[in-house]
Amino acid sequence: MLPLLSGRIQTRLFLLALAGSLVTLLLAPLLPGPVKDHFLVLGAVALFGVGWELVYHLLMQFRWEKDWPTLFGLVTAVPEGLVVWLALRPEPLAFCLHFGAVWLAVWLLANGPMRVPFLRWRFRGGRLL
Amino acid sequence: MGATGDLTPELLARSVWSDEDMAAYEIPFKDVPFITIGGGIGSFVTVDYLRIAGVPASDIAVLSNIGHPWQTYEYLTRVSQIPRAERIRSDSSSRPDNIWGFPSYALTEAWRDKSVKHLLNVLTEPVFADFWTPRAGTVFEGLEREAARIGYQDMLVKCAVRMVRRREAGGYFVVGSPEGGPKRVVYRARYVHIAVGYPGLRFLPDLQHFRERYGDYEHVVNAYEPHEHVYEFLKTRPGTVIVRGSGIVASRVLQRLIDDREAHGLGTRIVHIFRTYVDGPHGPVFMRRRGGHGWAYQGFNYPKSVWGGQLKAQMRRLEGAERAALYKKMGGSGANTPWRRKWQRQLAAGRAGGWYETRKGTVDSVVPGAHGQLVSTVGGEEIRSNYIIDCTGLEADIAESRVLADLLEHGGAGRNPLGRLDVERHFEVRGTASGKGAVYASGTATLGGYFPGVDTFLGLQIAAQEIADDLARRGFCRRIGPVRSTAQWVRWLLNRPI
Ligand SMILES: Cc1cc2nc3c(=O)[nH]c(=O)nc-3n(C[C@H](O)[C@H](O)[C@H](O)COP(=O)(O)OP(=O)(O)OC[C@H]3O[C@@H](n4cnc5c(N)ncnc54)[C@H](O)[C@@H]3O)c2cc1C
Repeated sequence: MLPLLSGRIQTRLFLLALAGSLVTLLLAPLLPGPVKDHFLVLGAVALFGVGWELVYHLLMQFRWEKDWPTLFGLVTAVPEGLVVWLALRPEPLAFCLHFGAVWLAVWLLANGPMRVPFLRWRFRGGRLL
Repeated sequence: MGATGDLTPELLARSVWSDEDMAAYEIPFKDVPFITIGGGIGSFVTVDYLRIAGVPASDIAVLSNIGHPWQTYEYLTRVSQIPRAERIRSDSSSRPDNIWGFPSYALTEAWRDKSVKHLLNVLTEPVFADFWTPRAGTVFEGLEREAARIGYQDMLVKCAVRMVRRREAGGYFVVGSPEGGPKRVVYRARYVHIAVGYPGLRFLPDLQHFRERYGDYEHVVNAYEPHEHVYEFLKTRPGTVIVRGSGIVASRVLQRLIDDREAHGLGTRIVHIFRTYVDGPHGPVFMRRRGGHGWAYQGFNYPKSVWGGQLKAQMRRLEGAERAALYKKMGGSGANTPWRRKWQRQLAAGRAGGWYETRKGTVDSVVPGAHGQLVSTVGGEEIRSNYIIDCTGLEADIAESRVLADLLEHGGAGRNPLGRLDVERHFEVRGTASGKGAVYASGTATLGGYFPGVDTFLGLQIAAQEIADDLARRGFCRRIGPVRSTAQWVRWLLNRPI
């Protein structure tokens, strides 16, 4: 998918709400602390994410192709994870597990399976609406 | 009016025909609601979409002069040095046999080869690896499977289409001449789709002149016509080849010349003439493209976001001169080629060894020289060679296609800012509506429209989606929503026929 700014944001929010919540619910029994804390993390990834997408969109303008390579979608986990952790200071190991699993699920879905139900999504810059 | 059973000059001169005309001239016709003309990749992906949207095979006819959809593509790729085992240009998720583009070709090849190599490539491209692209053979095998699944052969009618004429009461008549069958077939259709591919080869004017003047079709060849004899000659003795053009086909031809040189220890010399010589990265900071040694580099024939991101959205809003200007800015008119490690290495070796040289400029003349050689004059310098391979063009004027010429003359079609067929955002040919009927077009004939990536697998699928959605709005088929899409994808995966 070659993203538009609006498409980036919509796709992120949609996948975090769907896959992110599912992964969080599945992992919750393994993680310390109440479930609500983990959803707080998820919420922060979504909220800060909107800001991050603005940054990525700007950076993308320097690329001739106006694309966002698959790898970028994976490595941006590092700065994003760090900022969420600094903001909420959850238990580090559990956070890594939770955040990593959510990130991987979202990234995997965005790189293929999303196209199955949403046939027009990839041609519309990632917009769902 | 004579009941001759023939298309008389009087009838041919009229742009609009009626059912009464057909009766009066005793011309039999068949009714098929949807006709696609061409039968190449463009027709195939469109029919694939409609079949998946639930249109029965009996409501579709494919009128084509080829027996399977990838025939012309396979021919053109083979002669231009992409045999089945070589990799094509487009990326992993440009899959004409799968409307979802998932699983991608890389996943398919990874599964088949039981190797994660392909996936790692996709993961790290284009920063740490060249763009991963599928083997031509993988593409053909996939098309064969999908063609069987949707019952493609049942829809195919082998014939050369002559014209599409509007019908007085709405819709169209389509006239074709079958191979070795009756003199003609006539169809009455409500919707017509035209995807006739390249109208013809285009030679550089000086090379065309040479061929005609000296009747020599052997030493000056186009990369898109069979030219194995050039490579065979070079295996028998050292020779010089002039390569003209700076697109992917030039890269391919150079690769073949150098592969042969390496494999058989040949003494081939190559002189490569660039009309526009690019000596480094070029363009403003937000539109900066890689380049060097004469070439402009980019992975695909347009910046990638033309197929779904920012540039697609931007172009969709532009009209006339503004649109033509953005086309120009994206380098749509200039040639470009991917930056591939192998090609970089080969050409660097050639430059170092002195057997690959470049010249910038235009060729003033080509004349026969001594010992069957050719003499090209570039900026005062005379260059002798045994062969010239023209790698510049497959882009003739759309009016060279008889169907398109007729559509321009009788069907109400017009030209876009780049001189090609003018289509709407949903690929309906502007000006050709007839009652409730519509004519659509996709492929290279429509370059210059609201969507630039038309002449690619993915572009043809984007057009197919727009067309299918428009047909759904008109009530011809169902719009594919998330549920149907998913259910149909499962059927695709299991190779269940529709
Ligand atoms: C060498 C080469 C490599 C390419 N590589 C890629 C790539 O890697 N990735 C990519 O996405 N795209 C690629 N393309 C571009 C494009 O996707 C293909 O050319 C594709 O085949 C275009 O499909 P089409 O349907 O427009 O034309 P075609 O597949 O050529 O089909 C059109 C057919 O219509 C038939 N026809 C024409 N007129 C009539 C008539 N009057 N009656 C009946 N039949 C008629 C023709 O015989 C032809 O077979 C490549 C093109 C070339 C030339």
